[in-house]
Amino acid sequence: MKPTQEPRIDPSETFDVLVIGGGNAALCAAMTASEAGARVVLLEASPWEFRGGNSRHTRNLRYMHRSANGFLTGPYLEDEFFKDLLLVTKGNTNEDLARFTIRESAEVGDWMMAHGVRFQPSMRGTLHLSRTNAFFRGGGKALVNAYYATCERLGVKILYDAEVTDLDMSDGLFRSATVNHKGTVLQLRARCMIAASGGFQADLEWLKRSWGEAADNFIVRGSPYDKGVVLRVLREKGADTVGDPSQCHCVAIDARAPKYDGGIVTRLDCVPFGICVNKEAKRFYNEGEEFWPKRYAIWGRLVAQQQGQTAYSIIDAKSIDLFMPSVFPPIEAGSIKELAHKLGLDPDSLESTIQEYNAATTPGAFDSNALDGLATTGLEPIKSNWARPIDTAPFYGYPLRPGITFTYLSLKIDEQARMLMQDGKPSKNIFAAGELVSGNILGQGYMAGFGMTIGTVFGRIAGKESAKCLQKS
Amino acid sequence: MSSKILEEANRIMTICNACRYCEGFCAVFPAMELRRIFTESDLKYMANLCHNCRGCYYACQYAPPHEFNLNVPRTLAQLRLHTYQEFAWPASFKGVFNKNGKVVAAITILCVLLLTLTSLARHGSSAFFASQAGPGSFYAIIPYPVLLVLFSAVGIFACVSLWKGMKNLWRATEGKAEMFRSPAYNLRAVWDVLRLRYLEGGGDGCNYPDDKFSMQRRSMHHFTFYGFLLCFASTVVALTYDHALGIAAPYAFFSLPVLLGTLGGVSLAIGTIGLYRLKKLMDKEPAYAEAFPMDISFIMLLCSVTISGLLLLVFRSTSIMGILLCIHLGLVMALFITMPYSKFVHGVYRYAALVRHAGEQIQANPVRKKP
Repeated sequence: MKPTQEPRIDPSETFDVLVIGGGNAALCAAMTASEAGARVVLLEASPWEFRGGNSRHTRNLRYMHRSANGFLTGPYLEDEFFKDLLLVTKGNTNEDLARFTIRESAEVGDWMMAHGVRFQPSMRGTLHLSRTNAFFRGGGKALVNAYYATCERLGVKILYDAEVTDLDMSDGLFRSATVNHKGTVLQLRARCMIAASGGFQADLEWLKRSWGEAADNFIVRGSPYDKGVVLRVLREKGADTVGDPSQCHCVAIDARAPKYDGGIVTRLDCVPFGICVNKEAKRFYNEGEEFWPKRYAIWGRLVAQQQGQTAYSIIDAKSIDLFMPSVFPPIEAGSIKELAHKLGLDPDSLESTIQEYNAATTPGAFDSNALDGLATTGLEPIKSNWARPIDTAPFYGYPLRPGITFTYLSLKIDEQARMLMQDGKPSKNIFAAGELVSGNILGQGYMAGFGMTIGTVFGRIAGKESAKCLQKS
Repeated sequence: MSSKILEEANRIMTICNACRYCEGFCAVFPAMELRRIFTESDLKYMANLCHNCRGCYYACQYAPPHEFNLNVPRTLAQLRLHTYQEFAWPASFKGVFNKNGKVVAAITILCVLLLTLTSLARHGSSAFFASQAGPGSFYAIIPYPVLLVLFSAVGIFACVSLWKGMKNLWRATEGKAEMFRSPAYNLRAVWDVLRLRYLEGGGDGCNYPDDKFSMQRRSMHHFTFYGFLLCFASTVVALTYDHALGIAAPYAFFSLPVLLGTLGGVSLAIGTIGLYRLKKLMDKEPAYAEAFPMDISFIMLLCSVTISGLLLLVFRSTSIMGILLCIHLGLVMALFITMPYSKFVHGVYRYAALVRHAGEQIQANPVRKKP
């Protein structure tokens, strides 16, 4: 339940470790540092109700394991894990750091359970992840709740509604943070600082610098509190960064989703079973290239490149029950022309696109559970699987928009989670973890459950190393 | 039934079905996942499947103040209370679920007064307060035929009403008769009830009194449930003694009925006081406040039955035996009369929902035989 009183913070005190952020990585860091004997203060920018950053919306974590257990169906070892990562990033990763992360992930399962997280077998509809990814019972918010409870038990002082606005540091040495805590400005000093405050995806102005006006039409799937303030301040004060500011984990979601914080329910899994058209009612990419989860992450970018950052997935009655239920009902019509009218598309254009597509489909066996090879012939772009004609009323349309989960522009770190300065030297007392460092490993693309892996591995390392750093000083 | 409640239940289940993170907590989510759209009967069925463990509230990324404003336990509790009214038999008594706390209290007081005053009037105060002991002393206060007729009547009435209520629920939720008759489905449902599987929250218990997982509610419900069964067993044994063996009450402390009743009574007292305590301490956000009077009045009635029974055991050889007996029997009578119109119905309806759930899940996920 919501704490009835704030922990007492004496601003004249110098704390051991100041953790900036309140999601998975920040919590892992705070627990580890606290268990190593440090007096820890954790600053969560959001109010209590929305604590946990993007971790609130997660549901699983990918970790290396040698054998099956109660919730994972088989082994998943370093080489296969790394190969999967190479596939999604197209080689855009740091192999040493990536392999290090994978090896370090081998022990997180037991550690997480010891800190209150409970796992369950993979959820229905996500069976392709049943061997590689461990699902949290109750999802990410349940994980976050368990970690906050453990932090409270360990004596971590937690401030909610505590937004860091500036940092006092020079030559890579952190001294204090300026914190806006419910309108009161505090100056909190600490001997070490751990930055785990996420990317900048909730700052639309910043997104516009990479994406231009198109960013106005982006939907932010996660926390509205991830504005990248700490990332910006640290960079201004000499921290080195890695990653392309225009790269992010971005998927195609229901255009009717809330602007922020819509989370998992806004996804639409119908794309492979129909066609996807832009505002001109023209197709623009192979909808049947791969299973949806594997291609999920490229469609955000594809839709972002269309006019108005909008596209429409169109299916017919044959496909309506083949995918996870949607949170918003499909737009339904008895004819293609009526559907076009309801979607605001030109009826003749949509009808001719569908006629052209239908004429290019070929007879054959359809199988939604396999790459069935049911492809179009002579159509540009091709649809290489699941290409059945769209001919059975009622017809359904879902509007799509790009939904951004997190940005990849990151603080550069080493294997001790030490933040690296622009001169290549590590900071003496600043560590970083979580989405704020994901770009070190994820140059592009995304792999389900890997954000939580990076957060847990580097959160723990940052916690451990900060405690070591205290002993040295 | 107000279509607003159904609309809200439909709205939240549609969002839940696109998320499904809570499927490890209880039976509601696996039942939900078998459906893409929710009919009125689906929603009423799922409302009665919900054990109010609150796991889904604290784990919900869309719980208020999120704009989706999901409060699954509260919404299902509200719908559940409406189904109690809708399924009540005879239908003219459904209003008893409104102002349930006051009605149950009034019936209880009336029953106690009726037995006490008629006995007092019949015996006069000096005989009523004379200490009596030995076989047949209870019947000296209230004659055996009166007891037999009175309690048979209320017992039969309670059984018939509860049975009719359950049939109403079964019909309204479009349950199939062969499913309800299946021994396999009933066996699974019985096992779910006996261990209270859906208050386990997947292994760590449920969220009472606050957001931390705890087995407290499950344990207190066990004390109550098994205490009630022991007391019921005690009554059946006593009836057998009386009718078949011709041994009249009260029985010796180490006799089977008294031992069963004492053990059951103590367990029931611990359980009901524990449940009451949890109700008082619990986070009210995921709860439906209008159901509190029904919950509390039932817990208090059960608790008073057991406390008065234990007091009667202690003081049965003294001058207050007569009044204690009248109070105790009055409370038991009130318990039976209000049974079909009190929180007691949750057990009957949930059982029916669990049978349906067992059937659905077994049919949807048949165990594959190894080749």
